[in-house]
Amino acid sequence: MKTIRMLAMAAAVPALAAAAQADTKIGMITTLSGGGAGLGVDVRDGFMLAIEQDGRDGVEVVIEDDQRKPDAAVQIADRMIQSEKVDILTGIIWSNLAMAVVPAATAQGVFYLSPNAGPSALAGKRCHPNYFNVAWQNDNLHEAAGAYANEAGLKNSFILAPNYPAGKDALTGYKRMYGGELAGEIYTKLGQTDYAAEIAQIRASGADSVYFFLPGGMGISFLKQYAGSGVDLPVVGPAFSFDQGILQAVGDAALGVKNTSQWNKDIDNAANAGFVAAFQEKYGRLPSLYASQGFDTANLILSALDKAEPADQDAFRSALKAAEFASVRGDFKFGDNHHPVQDIYVREVIKEGDVYTNKIIATGLSDHADAYAGECKM
Amino acid sequence: MTYILVLEQILNGLQFGVMLFLMAAGLTLVFGVMGLINLAHGSLYMVGAFAAAAVAGWTGSFLLALIASLAAAAAAGALMELVVIRRLYRRDHLDQVLATFALILIFSEGTRWLFGSFPLFLDVPPYLSGPVTLPGGIEYPLYRLAIILIGLAIAAGLFLLIARTRIGIQIRAGEADREMIAALGVDISKLYTLVFALGAALAGLAGALVGAIQSVQVGMGEPVLILAFVVIVIGGIGSIKGALAGALLVGMTDTLGGVFLPRLFTLFMEPASAASAGASLASMLIYILMAGVLLVRPSGLYGGSA
Repeated sequence: MKTIRMLAMAAAVPALAAAAQADTKIGMITTLSGGGAGLGVDVRDGFMLAIEQDGRDGVEVVIEDDQRKPDAAVQIADRMIQSEKVDILTGIIWSNLAMAVVPAATAQGVFYLSPNAGPSALAGKRCHPNYFNVAWQNDNLHEAAGAYANEAGLKNSFILAPNYPAGKDALTGYKRMYGGELAGEIYTKLGQTDYAAEIAQIRASGADSVYFFLPGGMGISFLKQYAGSGVDLPVVGPAFSFDQGILQAVGDAALGVKNTSQWNKDIDNAANAGFVAAFQEKYGRLPSLYASQGFDTANLILSALDKAEPADQDAFRSALKAAEFASVRGDFKFGDNHHPVQDIYVREVIKEGDVYTNKIIATGLSDHADAYAGECKM
Repeated sequence: MTYILVLEQILNGLQFGVMLFLMAAGLTLVFGVMGLINLAHGSLYMVGAFAAAAVAGWTGSFLLALIASLAAAAAAGALMELVVIRRLYRRDHLDQVLATFALILIFSEGTRWLFGSFPLFLDVPPYLSGPVTLPGGIEYPLYRLAIILIGLAIAAGLFLLIARTRIGIQIRAGEADREMIAALGVDISKLYTLVFALGAALAGLAGALVGAIQSVQVGMGEPVLILAFVVIVIGGIGSIKGALAGALLVGMTDTLGGVFLPRLFTLFMEPASAASAGASLASMLIYILMAGVLLVRPSGLYGGSA
């Protein structure tokens, strides 16, 4: 297990002033090895870019790899809380890992800011004052896709997702907004790589469109096989299968596909333009939505640190809740359950020169809050 | 439901089975001849896919990519045998599992170090892309048809190799009695390296063929490895014939079960929960099949007296 310690240092600050101010320790648990590493690497890189740009003294970030394993994540979280004495935890990509770590961490008085996973339980009944989600609640992007399908006049969707909690959240979210008929509904195996059987069912179903939630490598496989199958119904998906990291691996098969996202590199504001340029300069690749979420999470923490110390929990919590930072998404605010209330856009996959990327073509849902906020009592 | 859908699913099952055979053939040969459990077989599949993606990226030729996948996986396999595996033949299975598991980690992180964390691009060549219409009006992807044919051709070639050639005789003799063929003057260590490299090359080819329609990424070999183990257990460890029968059985069961079980469940459940329950049961189906086969034939379909 590798531990990377980074001490963000501002050279000009006198040592005395730094000593007077208590250090803030941030623990980042994310996936840096195995099949899902691309997402964790992006979150980390976005996060560290913001910390580096800020350059203040007295913020220390400890990064560890959870290998996408819940038990490893729990162990790391315990160690970070007990012996490293972190004030804030962040970084987890996957909902099942978040469910294993977050409730225990917040119960011990640590702040947790999620840069990605947003399981419905943590937005509703099990919400916690010290838990903030800076990305989205799991259902959100799928709800926007359902709304887009209505607008695009799609009346008979075939929907599929992996058979695990986030997959069920996904299809639930889509159906919550979508008003048409369902030509079919399939749960595939998590990690499945061959979709020939599903594509044959789509062909036989008489559907007019396909909605799928297959994050990472599963989406790459599906799209390539779909393109070769001769079925040419329009495809809609959430941003997870069309992010910057995997589009290059899908290639032409993704061109023209509509997908929903709370962020894109062409959102027109100064913070976003600066982020995209700086990220490209530092890492030599375009940022993905995961990188944007990491970047926003770090800037939110820094904006709250300007106002209060994490030790003063009430003050720090209201500073986080106020969310007074320049989000790359433009307007950003938290709902009562500490989940974002935000615009979700419809994007289309295009080719810019040799690089596949997305451009925004419409706003799917404006100022959208999640469906579980009402169940949260805090 | 139409007969076209059923036929198409049978073709899909066949294609999946043929793919599994390429993986399982090497695994079963290595286990049969050397008595070695090689968990890192899935890493060779990954090596083949990455080599193919890299060569296809440089040259644009899919044929060269396939040759590269064979060569790279065979080379990686031979190297693995010479450096690590060779020391494990006389150890017990637990040591072998431990060492080859370490090899998985080394190959995975080494590949990430070389190629980065993001999936690579490898596409079907234009002359094999798109669907063809088969007799009976079935529209089927040409590439998958090509995979079926390549896989069956390789299966036939392997049978000839094992049954008709001198090397085949040595391999069969090695399975039957290791000490005796060494005493008869066969260079057993060269034979072992050869068998290992042959198995590795088949796994690498499978990785490249599948990589073109799936995602070429670190860790892609492990899910297939598990299925390949199921295949050789069903077929009988050490038997090529068993590997082919097991692979086709697993391919068909997995594909057809995944499609038709949820439909069966809709007869007495509401669609949403039928989809979910049917999918859950379908993913267990091949393990149920394995348990069933082992119950009737404890050493697998073609396991013989082992």
